[in-house]
Amino acid sequence: MDINDFIKNFAAQFDETDESVFTAQTKFREELGEWDSLLALSVIAMVDTEYNVTIKGDDIKSSTTIEDLYNIVKSKK
Amino acid sequence: MRHNPFSLANKTVLVTGASSGIGRSIAVECAKMGATVFITGRNEERLNETYNQLEGTGHIQCTADLQMEEQTTRLIDALPLLDGVVHAAGIVTTVPFQFITKEKLEEIFAINFISPTLISQQLLQKKKMNKGASFVWISSISGTVCSFIGNAMYSSTKGAVNGIVKGMALDLAKKEIRVNSINPGQIDTDLLVAKGVITAEQMQEEIKKYPLKRFGKPEEVAYAAVYLLSNASNWITGTHLLIDGGYTLL
Repeated sequence: MDINDFIKNFAAQFDETDESVFTAQTKFREELGEWDSLLALSVIAMVDTEYNVTIKGDDIKSSTTIEDLYNIVKSKK
Repeated sequence: MRHNPFSLANKTVLVTGASSGIGRSIAVECAKMGATVFITGRNEERLNETYNQLEGTGHIQCTADLQMEEQTTRLIDALPLLDGVVHAAGIVTTVPFQFITKEKLEEIFAINFISPTLISQQLLQKKKMNKGASFVWISSISGTVCSFIGNAMYSSTKGAVNGIVKGMALDLAKKEIRVNSINPGQIDTDLLVAKGVITAEQMQEEIKKYPLKRFGKPEEVAYAAVYLLSNASNWITGTHLLIDGGYTLL
């Protein structure tokens, strides 16, 4: 599992936010105006599809940065 | 006995999905109203918990996975003559539209729509339904009045349920068999929260959207099922009973 791919897959769920904005340290829930409940569901579905890992809403809630979420997904792989 | 048009005395009722949530509550309330209840569900342990809550005697439990043809046939053959069927078995899959897959669609349609349809059809073919019997489908506000984020697949199954209720009701009217659905808003069951897709905070936000300031209770759906199974609703067929705490008023 590669963090750069993860960031790319994460960014692909967004329509308004430019891909260049996304880094491992992006505090996605706080910094990204586009973030909402549908994006949360999309990220959960993306993780399921791309990594075959089931994460929950609470996993997203407990993550501050994209890297935090990446680490959760990696630990469940 | 005192006058009670809502009584289910001398009625035998099949309840699917009786191992949890709405199905369990319906089984329990039907038994309280005097029905002999035949319950089925996938989880043996939880089905037995429901069974132990049933008042009165003569009730039967049968663990079955209604996705397995053989188990369904075995269940139907084991059934006595029925005065009512409640289709409460169902799943929720929350996934944004662009992540829908053929497999996910087939799974949710199989459980929420195709199985209850085929069970109803077989019950009629095998002459298991008494004249004057009542079918009750648990539908939803989702897919019939509104929808919810990530709920497109679920909504489509309930839209299909509402459709078949109309057609079934018309075709079975000649046999004096009635077919109706109950369309609840969010009910306090473990269906959504247990899966963890929706967080507890999101649930609290959702509750605020209900004019009556709370989600429904399983027994509040069960009381509607009792009504639709009872002789009190003998002139009601093909209808969708909305129970949503006022949600769809806004």
